[in-house]
Amino acid sequence: MSETIRAHEKAVLEEWLDAQVSGRGMRSELLSRQELHDQSRSFLDALASAMATGVDVHSPSFIPVRQMLEELSAARARQGYTPTETATFVFSMKQPLFALIRRVFKDDPAALAESAWEVTRLLDSLGLFTMEVYQKGREQVIIRQQEEMLELSTPVITLWKGILALPMIGTLDSSRTQVVMETLLQRIVETGAPLAIIDITGVPTVDTLTAQHLLKTVAAARLMGADCIISGIRPQIAQTIVHLGVDLGDVITKASLADAFAVALKRLGLGVQRTRPEQNAQASAPPKRSGQAEEA
Amino acid sequence: MERIPILKMGRYLLVTIQVDMHDRLALTLQDDLTERIVRDAAKAVLIDISALEMVDSFIGRTIANIAAMSSVLDAETVVVGMQPAVAITLVELGLPLKGVRTALSVEHGMAVLKARLLSDDERHGDATQ
Repeated sequence: MSETIRAHEKAVLEEWLDAQVSGRGMRSELLSRQELHDQSRSFLDALASAMATGVDVHSPSFIPVRQMLEELSAARARQGYTPTETATFVFSMKQPLFALIRRVFKDDPAALAESAWEVTRLLDSLGLFTMEVYQKGREQVIIRQQEEMLELSTPVITLWKGILALPMIGTLDSSRTQVVMETLLQRIVETGAPLAIIDITGVPTVDTLTAQHLLKTVAAARLMGADCIISGIRPQIAQTIVHLGVDLGDVITKASLADAFAVALKRLGLGVQRTRPEQNAQASAPPKRSGQAEEA
Repeated sequence: MERIPILKMGRYLLVTIQVDMHDRLALTLQDDLTERIVRDAAKAVLIDISALEMVDSFIGRTIANIAAMSSVLDAETVVVGMQPAVAITLVELGLPLKGVRTALSVEHGMAVLKARLLSDDERHGDATQ
């Protein structure tokens, strides 16, 4: 089989390239015909040498073939090829190879059937292998994105001396809540702030699990001696919380971050004072408030 | 035998846990502290656990018990300086220590106790201190 392919390498390669270009696997904007030609030739070469010892894909002689497929498949996963397009690279080889063995064994039906079976088995397992690697490549992309999201989503900011705010954005799952909780508690220790506002304006939905995570964070902060205020509760979320029967206990909740901030200032004995008289009512601009807080 | 020292300052008792807590030490502290509250007629207890880096459910419960016992003996108790890891562990263990007053630092804790004693004095109309 190996020698047969070697003898007809050029013809097989041409046919295979045609099949790839005309089939679904070709993305001319990502890969030129010349590059595809080089890829295909080196792959066919490696395959022919590997087949000299048999058609078991997991044997050591197939290591170069597998490596080549791994690289190709991972690269295509990153470039955004679909699974079909990636698998077509291997499967489109069937047609030229079958044509080849038909020509070579046209007088020997038994040998023809035998080699057809071998080629099918080989190409199928190579195709499956390609898909596996492709899948792995995609999963790596997903994992990397998840990690990036985790890093992005946990800023703790100081609103005033002694008042921290934690604007939460996105869905809260266990791993994210863990990070959020640890960051917040760490910052409480560092700053010695007795008040923290957890703002959930950016949390799209609240279910029992999310509520439980929130309550745990509040409980942990309380154990350290800091009080938490939950703000940014939208009307639908308030409804959901009540419908689910979640008991927020004695946690202070406020509709907006501004309300929560006002409560926090009051707790610390601070207040906001106007430094200029209010503009008259006809003024189109909304009255400006100075954010100056003074010791009460 | 290893003991955690209990310091008396006026009407306050100060307990600073500087070593790793183990079960027997926690129980000894519980005995000693209740005894001292009665003997010294202490009205306020401050327990500093900022050096405590690990807790298990037993230690967590003992801390809660000590606080509850102190309030039975009419002494206001405040636990200060709990580390984040300890706080998370206690919450995950399902021991949120309801009824225990907490504060961020010894300074905050003393302020809480002072305010409490002051309002007590006003209510009872006696200013013995």
